[in-house]
Amino acid sequence: MSTMNTLKPAVDKEVGASRDTVVPAHEERPESAVIEEAKTVGKPFSDDPKFKLRNVEVFYGQDRAIKNISLDIARNEVIAFIGPSGCGKSTFLRCLNRMNDSIDICRVRGSLLLDDQNIYDSKRDVVELRARVGMVFQKPNPFPKSIYDNVAYGPRIHGLANRKSDLDDIVENSLRKAGLWDEAKDRLDATATGMSGGQQQRLCIARAIAISPEVILMDEPCSALDPIATAKVEELIAEMSESYTIVIVTHSMQQAARVSHRTAYFHLGHLVEVNETNKVFTAPEHELTESYITGRFG
Amino acid sequence: MQPANLFLVTIVLVLVAYGLGYTRSRSLAMPLGGIRHLKSLPFYYGARAALWCGIPALIVLALWAMFQGKVIQLLVIGSLPPEMMPASEGEASLLLSKISNVASGALPPGFAEPPVVEAAERLTALRQQSRWYMTVLVVAVAVLAGFFGWVRIRPRLNARAQVESTLKWIFFACAALAVLTTAGIIFSVAFETIRFFGKVSFFEFFFGTSWSPQTALRADQVAAEGAFGMVPLFTGTLLISAIAMLVAVPVGLLSAIYLSEYASKRVRGVVKPLLEMLAGIPTVVYGFFAALTVAPFISNLAASLGIDASSQSALAAGGVMGIMIIPFVSSLSDDVINAVPQTLRDGSLALGATQSETMKKVIFPAALPGIMGGILLAVSRAIGETMIVVMAAGLAANLTANPLESVTTVTVQIVTLLTGDQEFDSAKTLAAFALGAMLFLATLILNVIALHIVRKYREQYD
Repeated sequence: MSTMNTLKPAVDKEVGASRDTVVPAHEERPESAVIEEAKTVGKPFSDDPKFKLRNVEVFYGQDRAIKNISLDIARNEVIAFIGPSGCGKSTFLRCLNRMNDSIDICRVRGSLLLDDQNIYDSKRDVVELRARVGMVFQKPNPFPKSIYDNVAYGPRIHGLANRKSDLDDIVENSLRKAGLWDEAKDRLDATATGMSGGQQQRLCIARAIAISPEVILMDEPCSALDPIATAKVEELIAEMSESYTIVIVTHSMQQAARVSHRTAYFHLGHLVEVNETNKVFTAPEHELTESYITGRFG
Repeated sequence: MQPANLFLVTIVLVLVAYGLGYTRSRSLAMPLGGIRHLKSLPFYYGARAALWCGIPALIVLALWAMFQGKVIQLLVIGSLPPEMMPASEGEASLLLSKISNVASGALPPGFAEPPVVEAAERLTALRQQSRWYMTVLVVAVAVLAGFFGWVRIRPRLNARAQVESTLKWIFFACAALAVLTTAGIIFSVAFETIRFFGKVSFFEFFFGTSWSPQTALRADQVAAEGAFGMVPLFTGTLLISAIAMLVAVPVGLLSAIYLSEYASKRVRGVVKPLLEMLAGIPTVVYGFFAALTVAPFISNLAASLGIDASSQSALAAGGVMGIMIIPFVSSLSDDVINAVPQTLRDGSLALGATQSETMKKVIFPAALPGIMGGILLAVSRAIGETMIVVMAAGLAANLTANPLESVTTVTVQIVTLLTGDQEFDSAKTLAAFALGAMLFLATLILNVIALHIVRKYREQYD
């Protein structure tokens, strides 16, 4: 960790040494800021990592969407991924529970360890992985079933409850944790698609925590919600951070600042800077990070 | 001029009207300072003039072409000497065909009575006259109305709105044509059906269990009394459709699931068009495939197992029909399954569900109404299918549920009732219309149910 910390952005780098350092002409950014591959500024590593990710590269066919990223995600931390659209933060997030598997042309390289076990091991059971690493999506996606069945879906699949009363308890607990119990308890049999957007998203969170995952990945969970619903979800994230490791991708820098312990800034498939959130937002070390958080591009 | 030529002339006039309207609007705009001072673009002024020129002329042309024959006939009949006056409708049509044969030269004048020859000459003259009148009238209407449309062009005129609303009416007319055709078919079938029920009792038709429509052609002929019970026909249709659906639904549905959820892009790109090619094979090809290959195979197989099977069996016809219907089920189900949002799949997979669990518990229930709609449409296709059953299922109206026996269907009986020389007012011929009406009613009900289900499904996601 210490060696990475001392690295500063290489300003006088030889142009053309690597094809990734050649930046498209239309890219609006300070002349001096050059991204050097695998040279992340800040504190990318941790002493007690939940995820240990080294030299991760993701390809879509011929395109290298993630370029040699190394990062630790600590146990029970909330880490926010920020960066301009198309920078690879969602792609990177989807590597953590192998949701990229369903895309034919997508290939992942590098070492991705969850509790020191390789996520992309060919013998790895994806079902077990996803049961441990839950996910909440950008657009609320409740199943067109009842509220109860939505929450009970995961526990039923994984056989977590033997009796109806156990299942009832799991559903109630999950809805309580997601702050939805009071609103939903009288209409558990109503279809979930009839709820408001904010309620649907909290239902999706309840659905994810119903199978007691260790990690929850959130891909822009509030981008389809109004400010009040967003505030509720953020509150929820703060509460959940006590018992879960949370990785959240967000376009809102305020949201990253409000909910996360650490913030990672992505740019064109590179991980440019990772640091404690307040440090990233008050004293960014890399010029690109500074440009982004001060709104010069994005 | 022949109506077809006249149509072409009208089209030319319409194009001329367009050009004149276009240039007139431009020249009117010039002194004002360019076409931006026009209310609409020159195209719309041209189109307006063209519509004025074309629509009334074409309506006149259509009406004239439709009624000239009838009017000329009436005039010719009316001019015949009183002793030649036909007494009945049948006589009139015989006489008329004789006259027109003489007029066309098919029957030499020496073979006909002088009044007929006279009438034939009259017919030729009237036709000539009618053609002249029509030409003059249509061209005059086109020119006058076109001139009216042209002369009324003003810079302030909102030609665009007028053209738009006229186009709306033209589109409406096209849609109405389809609806009216359907209505016309329904009415013609309905009237014949009512005539049929004048000859055969309602009760016998709906509840009779025996079908043998061999009635006597002449009063003095010795023949069996016909029996018109539609029950064996409908059970035959149901049996064959049920066998077809037993083949088509599982195969079609499972292949749709494979194609939409499991197959790679490349496999899908090859298999889907191949599967849909099944729908493109002419049914007559399926028919002889069923009759010459499948039916003998089934009867041999049954014989080797010691089961008695007829050489034409419901199983052969139904099975081949099922194969023909596979693409209906698979294509529609594939569309519906693909319409289930990807986010639902992701949501289920992210909870650790396997692909088949996701299919079974999330996608299939969400797609079920649409799949049901597709299946019901396939059923109405199976019920209406004719060629395969004509060739493979047989003609004997057995009331049986044994798929190895030969059965017959409603469509097969309609074909046999109407092919060959028939009297068009015997119970036998009219029975075809009654059967057609029942078939139409059955598929209509199925289609309504299917559309209703599909529509209900659509509301769920939008």
